[in-house]
Amino acid sequence: MATIFQGLRGGAAAALTNSIDSKKLLSRSTRRSLSERKVSFPVVRSDGSVNLNPGGSNARARRVDQLITNAVATKADSSAASSTSKPGHELLLFEALREGLEEEMDRDPHVCVMGEDVGHYGGSYKVTRGLAVKYGDLRVLDTPIAENSFTGMGIGAAMTGLRPIVEGMNMGFLLLAFNQISNNCGMLHYTSGGQFTIPVVIRGPGGVGRQLGAEHSQRLESYFQSIPGIQMVACSTPYNAKGLMKAAIRSENPVILFEHVLLYNLKERIPDEEYICNLEEAEMVRPGEHVTILTYSRMRYHVMQAAKTLVNKGYDPEVIDIRSLKPFDLHMIGNSVKKTHRVLIVEECMRTGGIGASLTAAITENFHDYLDAPIVCLSSQDVPTPYAGTLEEWTVVQPAQIVTAVEQLCQ
Amino acid sequence: MAVCVRQSRNSIINHVKAKMGLLGLTCLSSSMPSLNNDHRTLSAASLAKDLRNQNSVLENKPILYRTRRFDSTKPHQRSGVQSNVANSQFLDFPGGKVAFTSEMRFISESPKERIPCYRVLDDDGQLIEGGINVGKEIAVKMYSDMATLQTMDTIFYDAQRQGRISFYLTTIGEEAINIASAAALTIDDFVVPQYREPGVLLWRGFTLEQFANQCFSNRGDDCRGRQMPIHYGSKKLNYLTVASTIASQLPHAVGVAYSLKMDGKDACAVTYFGDGGSSEGDFHAALNFAAVTEAPVLFICRNNGWAISTPTSDQFRSDGIVVRGEAYGVRSIRVDGNDTLALYSAVRTAREMAICEQRPILIEAMTYRVGHHSTSDDSTKYRPVDEIELWRSARDPITRFRKWIESNGWWSSEAESELRSNVRKQLLDAIQVAERTEKPPLVDMFTDVYDAVPSNLSEQEKWLRETIKIHPQDYPSDFPL
Repeated sequence: MATIFQGLRGGAAAALTNSIDSKKLLSRSTRRSLSERKVSFPVVRSDGSVNLNPGGSNARARRVDQLITNAVATKADSSAASSTSKPGHELLLFEALREGLEEEMDRDPHVCVMGEDVGHYGGSYKVTRGLAVKYGDLRVLDTPIAENSFTGMGIGAAMTGLRPIVEGMNMGFLLLAFNQISNNCGMLHYTSGGQFTIPVVIRGPGGVGRQLGAEHSQRLESYFQSIPGIQMVACSTPYNAKGLMKAAIRSENPVILFEHVLLYNLKERIPDEEYICNLEEAEMVRPGEHVTILTYSRMRYHVMQAAKTLVNKGYDPEVIDIRSLKPFDLHMIGNSVKKTHRVLIVEECMRTGGIGASLTAAITENFHDYLDAPIVCLSSQDVPTPYAGTLEEWTVVQPAQIVTAVEQLCQ
Repeated sequence: MAVCVRQSRNSIINHVKAKMGLLGLTCLSSSMPSLNNDHRTLSAASLAKDLRNQNSVLENKPILYRTRRFDSTKPHQRSGVQSNVANSQFLDFPGGKVAFTSEMRFISESPKERIPCYRVLDDDGQLIEGGINVGKEIAVKMYSDMATLQTMDTIFYDAQRQGRISFYLTTIGEEAINIASAAALTIDDFVVPQYREPGVLLWRGFTLEQFANQCFSNRGDDCRGRQMPIHYGSKKLNYLTVASTIASQLPHAVGVAYSLKMDGKDACAVTYFGDGGSSEGDFHAALNFAAVTEAPVLFICRNNGWAISTPTSDQFRSDGIVVRGEAYGVRSIRVDGNDTLALYSAVRTAREMAICEQRPILIEAMTYRVGHHSTSDDSTKYRPVDEIELWRSARDPITRFRKWIESNGWWSSEAESELRSNVRKQLLDAIQVAERTEKPPLVDMFTDVYDAVPSNLSEQEKWLRETIKIHPQDYPSDFPL
């Protein structure tokens, strides 16, 4: 399984906006011996996508708008999304989460929220804004700082009939709750002989943000994926954020919902009528014929960015947002592999032990005969996320690398 | 400041002691949020009396049930603070007013006297203090269940030694804690155990056959063969399945109490843990949470002196567990854990307080772990045999209680031998039957991981079955497929 590692001097070095030394870019290390390394990075990068602009918000907003156009416009999700002529309403991803949460709290009085600063403060990312005023501060509970304990509290409450949503202020903090999540949340339904169910939802923002530092840039999906008894989903658009939130709350199993710090301000028009997304299904973002690109969460946008370039170059990538991290939707993935025979996985997890590693194993085991080339997995390096903007940029897979990988794969 | 602290402790104990005498302490189903403190006039009056007498520093603000905590940002008013202040100015720090003092005094790390232990039956089973009204029926049931528990422990322990079950944990020496606390609760009170509390299940009606089935992990096991012996659980009896992790159940109990509070139920959560479990981080946070969320939960600590081989002197340096309650704002009491009546009264009162006042209560029951930690332990390696024998015989809680019920004419040696032999026979029968009962089928390995069996687990089951078919000699032949 050949892999293309992201060297630190990787293609993403286009972060150096204007003064790009193309020779430096060429000196990336790669396992494959390649004849040419066509350098179109400056072209790709110069649409102002990624840069070191610490001025931040304006550039970010601009960039995010660009990404949205890519993602939403090419979405071919057939599940009742925007097939109706009703206009729906526009909102940001965090508002979509809140809308889903509020609808479920209205529908079922057993649903409650607990976490740090979720009450009157409205949550660090404003997902629970206004809920405490509406439902009272017992039902939207502010907890002291002890993740293991409020997760445990959520588990105890779930076993006696409530449906709590436990918010980790940042997914990384839930490492402190690992004991409760692994030993109790995942297990008690089983070890009690099915007597006690734990319909808890654990959610929070994770992933690499903008210079949040190593401890706040964790990818917890890697660590949790082994725990039996839990389900994991990752949302990436306002549409699926609301749908997955609702589905997770209604599920009888404990579900971990992974949000991404940088996606909270995505805007999209979603239907007015009620809908939920299936927890175990992946989402077809862009159908294609040449290569299957599997991704989730923020990387979906990098992939779609790369897809634009690839289409211009004459490739036809099929992009699937896997959404369900545990279990994988091998049905949709399998059908895609059978069609394109080439797989590229783009993830934010570390190379070792990430979702990509498991997905590679699952596809190889199940669809080996359908592959014309080894699976390629683009991941972050096995390093703690550095603080410096440039360095942080280089730890995350960038569209240019995706383009390169597809080109190599499709040779 | 040390003086004030001690005084406040004494007054709490006296206050609680006075309340013990209030037999008719009733509390209307008061968990409805809209009720205020009118029903509390009975105990409020006695409280007021105590305050006048003891000059206590107990908060005497009215007991309100607060669902909204919008006033959480307002500083708490603590009235009646006694302090040796040279200058009586106060400052409004976040969290409340604090008086100044120009005397630099450090609060001592240990009190001059340890917190005393509440008991009403002396070593010979004679009543010291009056006022506890336990009727014959309850007393006899308590005694029978304690004796049953003891017999069950002995027989199952021997079964493990004979190789018939793989593991067992006894409750020898702590039967009173188990049974008396269970008797003081109602069936609606949700129990979140550690692992040394099967007596609570016994009291509630778990049969000896069910105990045996769980230990043998057979088809009759409520856990469907998925847990080790002694990891009992019963949703019907409101007893959470035991998990091996220490103290992780304490936050669960707070969650359960939170759930009961949201539903406005006339019930509380009750959780047990040992002296060792109190060192875990979950203990700290659970007490803190319970206090902050005003959750109706009883924290019952079985301070039996040993955490496997670690004595309490190596476990903590505080005066046991009871003093920690105040640190978190939790009302607490220390009880003689081998005194059935004292425990019964304390738990009964604590339960009323927890539900009526919507607050957590910490009860430290002092006792001794007479048995080994488990069948994997030999405690004679780290503690003297004569110490064990002393507690096993002279300080046995069951004998002590027996003396009391016999002195009331409610028990006799005939009844004793009849009970013991009946229970013994029942247990031996139960073991024999459980031993021969089929084990759970293979499908139970894959069900209940999720609500419905997902495709990957179905595949894994299929694969396993095929493997067994191909290599039957490598798998147990009596294994039902």
